[in-house]
Amino acid sequence: MEFDTLGFFGILFGTLARFWPVWIALATILVLSLRYRKYLGLYGHLFDSNVGIAGLMICLFWLFTAVFADVITPFGALEQVPVLRNSMPGTIDPESGLPFLFGGDRLGRDVFSRMVFGSQIVLVIAPAATLFALMVGTTLGLPAGYYGGRIDNILSFLANLVLAFPVILLFYLLVTPGIRETAIPQWMAGVFFIFPMIFFSTLFYTRFSRRPGLLAVLLAATFVLGGWIYAGLVFNADPLGLVSIRPNELNIFVAVVFASSPGVFRIVRGLVMDIKTRDYVSAAQTRGENPWYIMLWEVLPNARGPLIVDVCLRIGYTTILLGTLGYFGLGLAPESPDWGTGIKESSRLLRAYVHPALPPVFALMSFVLGLNLLADALREQSLKD
Amino acid sequence: MLSFIFRRLGVMALAMACLSLVVFFLINLEPNLKKLAIGQLTQRASGAEIESWLQDNGYRQNFFVRYGQWLGVLQKQPNIDRETGEATSRFSYCNEPAVPRYSGILQGDFGCSTKFRQPVTAQLLPALAATGKLMFWVMAVMVPVSLVIGVLAGMREGSRIDRGLSVASITTTATPEYISGVIFAVVFASWLGWLNASAASATNSGITFYNFALPVMTMAVYGTGYIARMTRASMVEVMTQQYIRTARLKGLGFNAVVLKHALRNALIAPFTVIMLQFPWLLTGVVIVEVMFRYQGFGYTLVEAAANNDIDLLLACSLVSVFVVLSTQLISDIGYALLNPRIRVQ
Repeated sequence: MEFDTLGFFGILFGTLARFWPVWIALATILVLSLRYRKYLGLYGHLFDSNVGIAGLMICLFWLFTAVFADVITPFGALEQVPVLRNSMPGTIDPESGLPFLFGGDRLGRDVFSRMVFGSQIVLVIAPAATLFALMVGTTLGLPAGYYGGRIDNILSFLANLVLAFPVILLFYLLVTPGIRETAIPQWMAGVFFIFPMIFFSTLFYTRFSRRPGLLAVLLAATFVLGGWIYAGLVFNADPLGLVSIRPNELNIFVAVVFASSPGVFRIVRGLVMDIKTRDYVSAAQTRGENPWYIMLWEVLPNARGPLIVDVCLRIGYTTILLGTLGYFGLGLAPESPDWGTGIKESSRLLRAYVHPALPPVFALMSFVLGLNLLADALREQSLKD
Repeated sequence: MLSFIFRRLGVMALAMACLSLVVFFLINLEPNLKKLAIGQLTQRASGAEIESWLQDNGYRQNFFVRYGQWLGVLQKQPNIDRETGEATSRFSYCNEPAVPRYSGILQGDFGCSTKFRQPVTAQLLPALAATGKLMFWVMAVMVPVSLVIGVLAGMREGSRIDRGLSVASITTTATPEYISGVIFAVVFASWLGWLNASAASATNSGITFYNFALPVMTMAVYGTGYIARMTRASMVEVMTQQYIRTARLKGLGFNAVVLKHALRNALIAPFTVIMLQFPWLLTGVVIVEVMFRYQGFGYTLVEAAANNDIDLLLACSLVSVFVVLSTQLISDIGYALLNPRIRVQ
């Protein structure tokens, strides 16, 4: 059976046209940012270097791709067109008349649509897991660096313990269907997800303890919002049904947070040890401020430069970890469209068909590259200040 | 210095004890034991059969008793046959004697692999040797290349060479092994046909350029960019030092300054970084060995984890944790030895 196909330029322009909402959003952001860059602080300074613009645009490209995925994709992530199994890029589906821009995989699914839907999974889990790791690492790293002594010894020993595990072994032990039958992921989630609440309530308490009205509002907001998300994520019992997470996703999420928080801990600890020798910290100590006030409101804001850079790099690293999980078939469902699973599926058949492997490969690579470039530009800008 | 090393060795032993306990706990969870039993019996084994298999083979003893047996501080017991009441060997394919005895890792017995049906050492040592060869070639490619790139880029900060090489090294740090492996296999095996996309033949018939170049390249790429960037940063810092300016002002040529004065001081920091790359390389080994079908340590680890092969998986974890911790120690000692400004107390 012969199918109509698109040529090289047909595929190229077809793909570019498919991303139209992304181009509009990117152009809007670019124009607005260039016009108001003087008022935008660190973000505005990114537009001073080509590396910064390139990094930001790549990251935003994938962000908008994830947001507009439903509009961009011609087919569903699991939709199969049996006649188009392993079809070459540009083959046109005879029923709908829409092209398989990047060809079909071994089950006749559109590789292009799967790549676009894969961005949704990656762009939700990687940044969210990084933020949780940041909360855990910061909340533990601040006292370790500030007090030193025994608390530092114990926490550092634990962090080094986790870091001594090769990541892959950790994942093989922590992300298995067997583990999901036990309550271990729930326990770990219960421990990790409480850190943001501790962090924010301490943050507000130390600053506003003399303004009880405002403090009550902020604490109530923290506990209601935090408790709501906590109930949804840990117990899967969100009363409103908005926050929910599947057991395998919770398992991945917890494992990734567990693997990356010791790294954040070490960085925060090092920064705090450096910053606590500064004069403004001594001044705050002389005023008799609460130690936690000094950590959260004097030390932490001054550590933000390296931390922002680290978060960028870490989101990239988490994306690579997710890809590794997908590549080994750990945690994610076998039919999941995420990039790692896509690479696993297609790399087995590389001898016969090359085209299904390349879109997820370049998607993952470009997203991580964008984050690395962004981190590099941010680092240069923060060194200039 | 000596007391520093002894203290670090003590912490290392403590860490390995803690980690082995954690791993022991995780692989002895109920679902994992069931997986092991099903693997040893048949797919359709009933609940009662699984339970009696676990009971007979001693997996139902107290957790800490079994950990002690594995360590070698408690006696390993032979199986007792239900009907005859005779003591039989627990793992006949490993030639285990049917008498109670102290035989754990403290006595040098790493146990018996239920998946490969031979003692753990017989499985693990050849695998480690195979991975050692891979690691050797990866290091032999990665270290010189990344040092040269880093020195060239950091020699003249902000020059065109610097920018080009910096972007290139950022790109390689965004290319984990499963990405570069696919790209290289597509380009060099499928498209050009120069290299073999499988290293399976390297295990039996020896290493050739044809079957080994792709795995080595794939693993080297991810680390190269990182080491190169660290070398560049260290080189840039050295080039701004007073003694470099002095050397320039006394009329020495640029090349002589770089080679004689800058290089030696700039290479101290990368040494640490190269040593700390080993944990990353361990993950890389697993990916590359699975991808190119090379039977080394990574392949053994994946098989052990997939089949919940308790003794083998514990030995694999011990080996990898030992590698990570000892490279950290070497990097600290080496840094102190190389850098005269640092003294450990």
